[in-house]
Amino acid sequence: MSLPLSETDVKPAACCTNPWEGLKPGEPPRSRTLATAASLVLGLAVWTAAYWTIQPLAAWLSFTAFGLARGSHLGEAVAFFLYDTPKVLLLLTLIVFAVGIVRSFFTAERTRAILAGKRESVGNVLAALLGIVTPFCSCSAVPLFIGFVEVGIPLGVTLSFLISAPMVNEIALVMLFGMFGWKVAALYLITGLAISIVSGFVLGRMKLERFVEPWVYESMQAEATFEKERLGFTGRVEKGLEAVREIVGKVWPWVVAGIAVGAGIHGYVPEGLLASFMGRSAWWSVPLAVLIGIPMYSNAAGIIPVVEALLGKGAALGTVLAFMMAVIALSLPEMIILRKVLKPRLIATFAGVVGAGIMLTGWLFNSIL
Amino acid sequence: MKIQVLGTGCAKCKQLTVSAEKAVAELGLGVAVEKVEDLREIMKFKVMSTPALVVDGAVRSTGKVLSSEDVKALLRG
Repeated sequence: MSLPLSETDVKPAACCTNPWEGLKPGEPPRSRTLATAASLVLGLAVWTAAYWTIQPLAAWLSFTAFGLARGSHLGEAVAFFLYDTPKVLLLLTLIVFAVGIVRSFFTAERTRAILAGKRESVGNVLAALLGIVTPFCSCSAVPLFIGFVEVGIPLGVTLSFLISAPMVNEIALVMLFGMFGWKVAALYLITGLAISIVSGFVLGRMKLERFVEPWVYESMQAEATFEKERLGFTGRVEKGLEAVREIVGKVWPWVVAGIAVGAGIHGYVPEGLLASFMGRSAWWSVPLAVLIGIPMYSNAAGIIPVVEALLGKGAALGTVLAFMMAVIALSLPEMIILRKVLKPRLIATFAGVVGAGIMLTGWLFNSIL
Repeated sequence: MKIQVLGTGCAKCKQLTVSAEKAVAELGLGVAVEKVEDLREIMKFKVMSTPALVVDGAVRSTGKVLSSEDVKALLRG
């Protein structure tokens, strides 16, 4: 797909003079900042125009250009697909761009410096919030864990961060918003944070430090300092674009596949198919969904089609959210990585407490909604 | 010159190793890019995000997959 903001990538034509010469780092030339701001405004204008065009365009394509009948299975499915694909991709691009910019203010080192020396309760809340905005890759989970523990950040606070970072996922948030509306998205955000905070706090109270591999504590000499990256406005916009290229470039096939599945369900599957055994009245469906979800591993974009399919067939929202959270927050590969620093007993307790939190959330939603 | 890539063997770490090797070859440095996969060794560099690039014992980049051009700029500077 084309990015609305690619203008900022264009390098100055004069290749042989260095526009950065004589400038301190972090002080980009004024003209460059203005050019970036102008492309940003233009990009947002194009984005807004595109966003408001896609619904009439999708309807026109399906019902006029293709001549499909309104209300028919195929017509509704095609219209749904043609509308939702560009809509979700546009939303995804915008959010990933914005999150990329926000993340340029946070590095793992800076987050660590913020968390160092905080009390447990405050620390848990901060850690869960920072888990959303700090760039994190599950392959860095172990170095990050050690880096946090080394500077004396409590185990429970560190775990709050490690729960929130994968669970509260910006791609999942956008897909939920795009497909089910802001209420479901907000519920996901708030409960994801709550589970991270409470689980980390509970795990901290359980005094599990003895189940951390002893070598982790051996070299506790690191200091919680960080170097500020001076990027400037243009640098941050470039970070946002980089995130779009990297994330949207990687997940778009999943998104399209997910919406195709959703479109099929939207047009063809009778409602209420799953209601009998994944509906609100079946209390056991929540723990079952969590148990099935824990060993499964999928990225957030890949799980949404399943969410769509389950909800579409009449499964209860709490059950489906519990399943989704279990899949993205607790995964076998991550636990195998964490085994390098945590003893099995701690990993099991970690999975148990987080799993219990997810289950409670599932039941809560099934009972109040 | 000693060039090391720190990482526990994830996809991004392999990509960075490839970039570093390409940069070294293009600059004609004739040194091997060493992969550091042992966690304790990685932690000695006080790195929290992998992959990381270390040149002559100094950490020059963390948590990013640099392109071979980026690595070249870094090695020259």
